[in-house]
Amino acid sequence: MLTNPQLNQHGELQHLLTIEGLSAGIIRHILDTADSFVPVAERDIKKVPLLRGKAIFNLFFEPSTRTRTTFEIAAKRLSADVINLSIGASSQSKGETVLDTVNNLAAMQADMFIVRHSQSGAAHLIARHVAPHIHVVNAGDGRHAHPTQGLLDMYTIRHYKRDFHELRVAIVGDVMHSRVARSQIHALTTLGVPEVRVVGPKTLLPTGVGKMGVHVYHDMARGLKDVDVVIMLRLQNERMKGALLPSAQEYFKYYGLTPDKLAYAKPDAIVMHPGPMNRGVEIDSSVADGGQSVILPQVTFGIAVRMAVMSILAGK
Amino acid sequence: MKIHIKNGRLIDPSNGIDAVQDLFIAAGKVLAIGQAPQDFHANRTIDATGLVICPGLIDLSARLREPGFEYKATLESEMHAAVAGGVTSLVCPPDTDPPLDEPGLVEMLKHRAKSLNQARVFPLGALTQKLQGVQLTEMAELHDAGCIAFSQADAPLTDTLVLARAMAYAATFGFGVWLRPQDAFLAKSGVAHDGEVATRLGLAPIPSCAETIAVSTILLLARESGARVHLCRLSTREAIAMVAAAKEQGLPVTCDVAVNHLHLCEIDIGFFDSNSHLMPPLRGLRDRDALRQALRDGIIDAVCSDHTPVDEDAKLLPFAEAEAGATGLELLLPLTLKWATEMKIPLAAAIARITRHPARILGLDAGHLTPGHAADLCLFDPERAWKVEAKALKSQGKNTPFLGLELQGKAVYTLVDGHVVYENAGVARHA
Repeated sequence: MLTNPQLNQHGELQHLLTIEGLSAGIIRHILDTADSFVPVAERDIKKVPLLRGKAIFNLFFEPSTRTRTTFEIAAKRLSADVINLSIGASSQSKGETVLDTVNNLAAMQADMFIVRHSQSGAAHLIARHVAPHIHVVNAGDGRHAHPTQGLLDMYTIRHYKRDFHELRVAIVGDVMHSRVARSQIHALTTLGVPEVRVVGPKTLLPTGVGKMGVHVYHDMARGLKDVDVVIMLRLQNERMKGALLPSAQEYFKYYGLTPDKLAYAKPDAIVMHPGPMNRGVEIDSSVADGGQSVILPQVTFGIAVRMAVMSILAGK
Repeated sequence: MKIHIKNGRLIDPSNGIDAVQDLFIAAGKVLAIGQAPQDFHANRTIDATGLVICPGLIDLSARLREPGFEYKATLESEMHAAVAGGVTSLVCPPDTDPPLDEPGLVEMLKHRAKSLNQARVFPLGALTQKLQGVQLTEMAELHDAGCIAFSQADAPLTDTLVLARAMAYAATFGFGVWLRPQDAFLAKSGVAHDGEVATRLGLAPIPSCAETIAVSTILLLARESGARVHLCRLSTREAIAMVAAAKEQGLPVTCDVAVNHLHLCEIDIGFFDSNSHLMPPLRGLRDRDALRQALRDGIIDAVCSDHTPVDEDAKLLPFAEAEAGATGLELLLPLTLKWATEMKIPLAAAIARITRHPARILGLDAGHLTPGHAADLCLFDPERAWKVEAKALKSQGKNTPFLGLELQGKAVYTLVDGHVVYENAGVARHA
């Protein structure tokens, strides 16, 4: 029961469901593989034939444009056939369960499912019930995990900082509801980052988050002091309801990343954000578009990292 | 029907018996223990060599799913599961569809259950109409129809004034009020204990204070109203301390724990195992240990199965969407024995917590083997090992976190009113 459900009996990746439990070796292998795919985008013909003839289903039970598009581009560059499905609009409203949907699609000779779902654990559930030849990639499940985002963030950090072993990284904002933050924390701690911090008001930090191996801060001046990497999290508008926060204005004043607050970090610190950004809520435009921002390169690297994941899973 | 049960180890905590003794049954009652009465000619002799003979188990919480949820389980299937688990009396919560808030529904349920001639059913009446927490039910009428106490089941009762009045009204007639303490706001949309596992898995949390705040409110209102309160399925060590203090001050409060919570904690959720989605949620390891000790020390009076059969479709969903609950009638005995073994508790003391103590909470003169009383018995093989798997369970619900595990202890004969209502002689070593 407690064996890692995403590894096969040889300890190789069968699915990518979460970064938790992956070895540093597997993570580095994915990042190294991504390295080899970055130049593909710069060629005239942006394709390699690694997954020719494979059918990859983008299975999005929750709306997403950016993540779905990057997976689609990544799959197409690997020469796979890509089928996009937005389930929220069709089957679910007719009462079909997740597994019914998946079984139906599996019958259409799918080789891989890229799954996004609003519930934590949905990708695990699907992975447990698909035929052994089908691979599942979690493209975000509830608050739990978004492993390809976590990996592309590691790729970005490695690209700019080279080594993980002397870094201080601060993750700022709504950690409570963030699958991205959880995946980043697992990745950073696994790769040996000595100091991972989370910064936010107590209403946005989950109970016992320190046990995931992070230091907890509630103010930006101390939380950002001398860090090498600042990762801002998206704050959804709905968080203003339900008594988590009084207002976007107050949040921006105390936790929004402005040039003043960024000055607490090291001068060469990079600023990251998984997107989509809420300018003026968690990040100031002058920082988002400024010289320390690597937010757009994150998106570019994301395609190479997703190509790496898909080719490692299905390219054997 | 006269039955002679011989060579068994008879354990009756109420009468302080733990010895190899014969037992004689006639006209549905225990006739004698030890020596055969004069002119006793048995119609049937049961050789109980190697078996324990004890009072039939009394389960303080078993959902039978009728009326309204027959696709999850039926009275037939669950009553069969009860006797297969050695349970001869069970209390069913009122959260059926419709809820047990009208005398007619209760009478029908009692009648249906009785016609099956298996375990005795003691329904809990709804405390409020439709369990909506607004209007009181006709408690006196429901009591006359057969309700043994009143409960809000797992439905929220957010209005403290309604709770106060419901308890006061019940106290007027001396009716027991059974509440599972949980603050509805703090628990809203939560599915797992607010601890490191929920944080790691990104599951919406239910903090311990959702339970303790409710316990505190209930205990204060019990003091005000004089209501006899039974707290159902405690899950936190803080709540145990509060109950211990209240008992010390002489408040007539009792409580139980679900058998799953004696053995499992949040870690058992593993990678989103929906069979471990229970209500209350599995808490931390320290909570589990405190529950185990409190049951030993008598702060927790009894252990129940919290039997909740769930259909497979309702479990084959992402953790939070999966229906909470586990099947339990057939696991109550082996899991209680497992607790006793691990805690080095004498067999008689363990049996008391599923027979004598629940009877006392219910105010029933039952759960013992005194001559002249109804012959409700469980004969079980304490050594018998069996694997928990779908085909081994009579319950229509196959959902349990213990699936695939091997447990020890199995009912071999179950008697209600002196009738053998279940036997699995194949299980007996000397049948």
